[in-house]
Amino acid sequence: MKALAAGRRHRLAPVVLMTLALLFTGVVYAALAPSPAQAETPSAGEVEAGEKLFIANCSTCHGMNAQGTDHGPSLIGVGAASVHFQVATGRMPMDANQPQAEAKPPQFDEAETQQLAAYVASLGAGPGIPSEEQVDPALGDAANGGLIFRTNCAMCHNAVGAGGALTNGKHAPPLYDSTPTELYEAMLTGPQSMPVFNDATLTPDDKRDIIAYLMEQREPSPGGFSLGALGPVSEGLWAFAIGMSVLIGFAVWIGARSS
Amino acid sequence: MTAATNAPAEKADPRLAAAADFLDTRVGISKIVKEFARKIFPDHWSFLLGEIALYSFIVLLISGTFLTMFFVPSMAETHYPTDALPVTMQGVQMSEAYASTIHMSFHVRGGLLMRQIHHWAALLFVGAMVVHMLRIFFTGAFRRPRELNWLVGFTLLIMGLLAGFSGYSLPDDVLSGNGLRIADGVALAIPIIGSYVSFALFGGEFPGDDIIPRLFTVHILLVPGLILALIAVHLFLIVWHKHTQYPGPGRTQKNVVGFPLFPIYTAKAGGFFFIVFGVIALMGATMSINSVWNYGPYDPSVVSAGAQPDWYMLFLEGSLRLMPGLEVVIGGFTLSLAILIPGVILPGLLFTFLGLYPFIERAVTKDTGEHHLLDRPRNAATRTALGAGFLAVWFVLIGAGANDLIATHFNVSLNLITWIFRILFFVLPVVTFLVTKRICFGLQRKDRELALHGHETGRIVRFASGEFIEVHQPLDEYERWLLVSHDSPAPLQIDPPEDANGVARPGYKKERRWQKLSQFFYEDRIEPVTPAELAAAQSHGEHDELPATEAHEEITSEDSAGQIEARTH
Repeated sequence: MKALAAGRRHRLAPVVLMTLALLFTGVVYAALAPSPAQAETPSAGEVEAGEKLFIANCSTCHGMNAQGTDHGPSLIGVGAASVHFQVATGRMPMDANQPQAEAKPPQFDEAETQQLAAYVASLGAGPGIPSEEQVDPALGDAANGGLIFRTNCAMCHNAVGAGGALTNGKHAPPLYDSTPTELYEAMLTGPQSMPVFNDATLTPDDKRDIIAYLMEQREPSPGGFSLGALGPVSEGLWAFAIGMSVLIGFAVWIGARSS
Repeated sequence: MTAATNAPAEKADPRLAAAADFLDTRVGISKIVKEFARKIFPDHWSFLLGEIALYSFIVLLISGTFLTMFFVPSMAETHYPTDALPVTMQGVQMSEAYASTIHMSFHVRGGLLMRQIHHWAALLFVGAMVVHMLRIFFTGAFRRPRELNWLVGFTLLIMGLLAGFSGYSLPDDVLSGNGLRIADGVALAIPIIGSYVSFALFGGEFPGDDIIPRLFTVHILLVPGLILALIAVHLFLIVWHKHTQYPGPGRTQKNVVGFPLFPIYTAKAGGFFFIVFGVIALMGATMSINSVWNYGPYDPSVVSAGAQPDWYMLFLEGSLRLMPGLEVVIGGFTLSLAILIPGVILPGLLFTFLGLYPFIERAVTKDTGEHHLLDRPRNAATRTALGAGFLAVWFVLIGAGANDLIATHFNVSLNLITWIFRILFFVLPVVTFLVTKRICFGLQRKDRELALHGHETGRIVRFASGEFIEVHQPLDEYERWLLVSHDSPAPLQIDPPEDANGVARPGYKKERRWQKLSQFFYEDRIEPVTPAELAAAQSHGEHDELPATEAHEEITSEDSAGQIEARTH
C-alpha cells in the first residue's frame, strides 16, 4: 500500500490511470451496451459451408465475394439477421425481377440458412440474429406494443398487420404468418421498402412489445369471422354479398306465387 | 278494382264485438280499418326493397337504444383499466367515448352483439335504400304524381348517409377520427367561409373536445327524428298515390291489381320484418364488424393502411383519391381545388342530378301525364342508359376508394390503378350509356319480333315444294299485351323557323333547344307493334300455320328431321 501511495506522484501515474480508466470503460461498455446478441458463435466450418452455398446460389447477383453487382446490392455488413430474414422467408433467392421480392416457401433449411448467415456475417459486422428471449411475446407488453405499432407500422401494415399497398406495385405484407424472430429481424434490418428501426429508434424491449401485440392479433376475433380485418371496404362487400343478397332472395320468395 | 273477399258471416265473439264497439265509438276505428285493411297492394319482389330499409331502420332504433345505455359521449381523457379486456388496451390513454365503446364490447353482456347488429343494420339500411331507389329509377316510378315522394326518399337517403357518418364517428377510434379529419379538410376547402365552418363544427381547432357530444345529439336525436318523420310522409304518400304496378293484362292507369293489406300483406310484411331482423342478427352474431379495439384510440398523428369509410361514403373517398393535387393561390388566399372539386363540387353535382331527375325528365320530355304503370327498363332506353352511366361513375369512384385493396389483392401497381380509374371516370359513363341504350333497343327489337311472329318452336317443316320453314307458335294475348302495351313517345315537333311569309319566328331558338333535348331522349326508338302490323304479320305468316293448305303439304317433323340429317351428311 505504501508503494502505491508513494507512486501516486510518479510522472507516469496519469498515463497508467488513464489506461486503467479506458480499460474499465471499455469492459463496462462491452458488458452493458445493447449488442446484437449472437445465438452462438459460428464455427469456421459453418462459415465455410455458408460460403459454398453462397457461391452456388447467390453470387450471380451479389458477386463472388458478396461485394454486389449491377443486379444485386453488396451484402458486406448487412449482418446475419438480414440474411436469416430474407432466406428463411423465401424472399431470397429472388425468383423474378419484380418491384419487390415476394415471400415464398424457403429454398434452404434452417441449418443452411444459418450457414449462409454466418458466412455473410463473417464479411463485416452487422446486426445478428436475435435470441429466443429477445423475441419472446410472453415477455412483451401488448398494449405498449399496440401504441408503438400504430405510430410506426400501421400506416403501411394496417392496424392489425393485415398488410397494405405501397407505390408502384410494392406492398407491405401481412404479418399474420411471420415468426417472432422474422418480425424482429425485419424491424432491425428494414428489408426492401421498410425503414430500419435500429435499437436507438425502437429499443429491444419496444420490439418485443410489438411482437407481443402482433401475436395477440392471432387470437380468435371476439366478434366472429374477422372478414380479413381489412376494414370497412370488406365489411361493405360482405353486407351486399351476404345481407342484401339473402334478403333479396327472401323478398323474391315472398313476392312469388301471385300476380 | 279490388279483389273482394266475401267470407261467410261468422258468429262474432261477443267480447271482441264489445271491444270493437268501444273503439269504434271513441276513435271511429271501423272507418280506419275499412280504409286500410282493404287497401290493395300489388305483389312483386322489387316492391319489398323499401321494406328492407324500413325494417333495418327499426332494428337500428332498437339496437341503438341499447347502445345509448352504455355509451359515454365524452372526449374527456381517461386510461383504460389495466384489469379489463382486451389486453392490447390495458392502461392505454383514450377518450371516455372510446373507453365506453370497448368496455361495452368486452364487458357488457350482449354488448358486442348489439354493436355488430347495429352496424350491419346500418350498412343494410343504406344499401336497401340505394337498391330501392334504383328500382324506382329504372321503372320510372318517380313520374307524376310521385315526384315529391322521390324527393322525400332522396332526402331520406341523405339523412341515412348523415346518420351513418355521425355514428361511424362516435366511437372516437383512429378510423372515425380520420373520417372526421377528412370532413374537416373538406369544410376548410370551401372558399371564404371554410375556416369558419370548420371552427363552428369542432368548436375551435380540430379535433377539440366538442365534436363527439355534438355528433351524439345529431346521431341519436336529430337525424333519427327526421328520418322517422320523413318515413311517415313517405308511407302516407304511397297510400295516397296508391302503389304503382308493373304492366300486365288487366292492369291500367286507373286500377291496382293485387291483394288487400289485411290479411295478406300484414302477414307477408310482418313475416318479412322477422326475416330481416333474423338475417341481421345472424350477421351480427357471426361476422365481426368495426372492431374498434383494433384501430386504437384516436390520435391525430396516426393513420393506418386501409383507412376507409363505410361503403356508402366510399365514393367520396374515391373521388378524393383520384383527384390530382391542384391548388391555386389568389391574392394570398389558397384555393384547394384538390379537395374542393372531389369533396364538394362533384358530390354536389351527382346528388343534384339524382334529386332533380324526375323534374329534369319531365321538363325534357314534356310528359305531364299521370303514370301508375311502371316502365320496363328496356322501353325507356335513354333513362335506363342515363342511370347506368350514373352507376358507372359511382362504381368507378367506389373502386378508386378501395384502390389500395385492389392493388394488394390483385397484385397490380397502385399508381397504375389510379390512372386507370382517372381515365375510366370520364370514359366509362359514356361507353356504358351507349352500350346500355343499344342493349335496350336490342331487347325492344326482340320483343317486337316476338310479338309479330311468336315463339320459335324448333319444329322444322318441309313442304312438298321443297321449302323449309320453322313453325312459330303465336303468343297468347296475355303475353302479347306485355310486349305491345307501352307507349313510345316521339321527339318534340316544333314549327319551322320562319312563318309562311318568310319572317323569322320569335322563340324558335328556345324551342329548338328543347327539341334537341327531346331528340336526345326519344330520337332513337322502336315503336311497339300496332294492331295493323300484327294483322299484316299474321296474314303474311299464314303459311306457317298448320294444318297446311292443299298447296303446302306437310311432311311430318320426324321425317323432315331425318331428311335434313340425310342431306347434311
